[in-house]
Amino acid sequence: MNDLTEIKKIIVKKPLKLDCGKEISNFPLAYETYGKLNENKDNAILVFHALTGDQFASGINPITKKDGWWKYALGPGKAFDTEKFFVISANVIGGCMGSYGPSTINEITSKPLGTDFPVITINDMVNAQYNLLDFFKIETLFAVAGGSMGGMQVLQFVSNFPNKAKVAVPIACTASHSAQNIALNELGRQSIMADINWQNGSYGEREKSPDKGLAVARMAAHITYLSKKGLQEKFGRKLQERDDLKFSFDADFQIESYLRHQGAAFVDRFDANSYLYITRAMDYFDLTKKFDGNLSKAFANSKTKFFVISFTSDWLYPTSESRDIVIALNAIGASVGFVEIKSDKGHDSFLLDVPDFLGTLKNYLSSTYKK
Amino acid sequence: MKKEFKVISELIENKSKALDVGCGDGELLKYLLENKTKDIRGLEISKESVQNCLSKGLPVIEGNAENDLMQFPNKSFDYVILSQTLQAFLNPDKVIKELLRVGKKAIVTIPNFGHWKIRIKLLINGTMPLTENLPYEWHSTPNLHMCTIKDFFVFCEERDIKIFKSLALNQDKISEINNKNLNYKNLMSDLGIFLIENK
Repeated sequence: MNDLTEIKKIIVKKPLKLDCGKEISNFPLAYETYGKLNENKDNAILVFHALTGDQFASGINPITKKDGWWKYALGPGKAFDTEKFFVISANVIGGCMGSYGPSTINEITSKPLGTDFPVITINDMVNAQYNLLDFFKIETLFAVAGGSMGGMQVLQFVSNFPNKAKVAVPIACTASHSAQNIALNELGRQSIMADINWQNGSYGEREKSPDKGLAVARMAAHITYLSKKGLQEKFGRKLQERDDLKFSFDADFQIESYLRHQGAAFVDRFDANSYLYITRAMDYFDLTKKFDGNLSKAFANSKTKFFVISFTSDWLYPTSESRDIVIALNAIGASVGFVEIKSDKGHDSFLLDVPDFLGTLKNYLSSTYKK
Repeated sequence: MKKEFKVISELIENKSKALDVGCGDGELLKYLLENKTKDIRGLEISKESVQNCLSKGLPVIEGNAENDLMQFPNKSFDYVILSQTLQAFLNPDKVIKELLRVGKKAIVTIPNFGHWKIRIKLLINGTMPLTENLPYEWHSTPNLHMCTIKDFFVFCEERDIKIFKSLALNQDKISEINNKNLNYKNLMSDLGIFLIENK
């Protein structure tokens, strides 16, 4: 990984009591901003990234030199129109892009924290990110938005800080991680931990990271982000640079080669321990837990307008889970809009060029901002 | 601006909470928002229409009245509106029950199959009538349960549903329907508009 010193970050001085019981303070939280905060400070949108995302939502990521993960949705003239809105993209604690996480160097040992880093939750992430409002002296955000784990942060944010956002846009997410979600995350974690280089998380000391394990975790996860139909249409049984099967375990099929590439590219930009911590945070996410299983109570004090979005081919966070959020909101008479967008692109639809999604979101934000 | 929407709007008290079931592209919701109340919601089955509503910033959810009204608590709206869609449901009886459970009052409008033009068309041509309001061929119509204004009166009576107000719309002319003129209005009106409540 390249130099992280140029990254924008706030140092959160206030102690933060984590769900695990530990307290942290004086820790860095990385962020990026797009657009300009207006004089009334009423045009700010806080966006949250997904599991393997980071604060570089738009433009070129200065570390990976690749496009930002929300390039289709965020930028001038896009859904999150940076000519109109001031977008703060928050990194998460536990991440590896400048925020306090397992790759943070322990000042005493001069080694990465590794598994000495405390287990964190979505609630902890959001409580840390809330400090960005103080930093920018923003009283109320126009909107909070995010997809997948970003959507979970949206729900948690609105629950923790009921009147701090006028609009909430949770996309392709859930209010409670399902057994299937947990199972898939556990598969990834076991893959990392089975890599001999993992060394109980202390690999940082030997400069030899569990790349194979992390790559397999990514390959498995990547399948869950796509739909069967999407995979079939893109790859089918097409062979990779060969005319016939080789009767070996090479990547005969294009889909194999594609997944291997996804795995290999991922380890260059992501830390294995961060993957463990963040997937754990997702698994622990159950917004209903604090409220006796009643999701409505999580939003009881909120005057926020919700716009819930799901995608037809998303089987990782299926529409039924978005509907559960809508039902809970309707039960308390909250203002809620909901649409299931038609797309063959699976869970990843929220990151991709899906015109119905991007167009509706853009118009929704712009007409709601005017009101 | 459709006359029907104006009439519906006049039945609604200011600042009340209203749900439009089958809200289409949100025309009525927008009218209510601008003229009556900010507290509006919509339910619509077509994705495209839901996207159009959300694009206007209207709080509309994608769903089907036969299944998705269930999620709303009892009497959670002052008014639940069902504009010209009752005839398209598999089970209109169930939908009306749900409307009256979710809403303190319901406003139901029905295209009147008893209009003389429709009667004549069936009588003279002997084929299913096509009109401006009901332009579908018998095999492709979404309208499963057509009824007349008189049918709806009887329907309410049989179920102890109180009709607060019943209005007839004929070519943008509005008039009251009562027991005395029921047969006449049933012959002359394009649309029936009913404000109803459980007895």
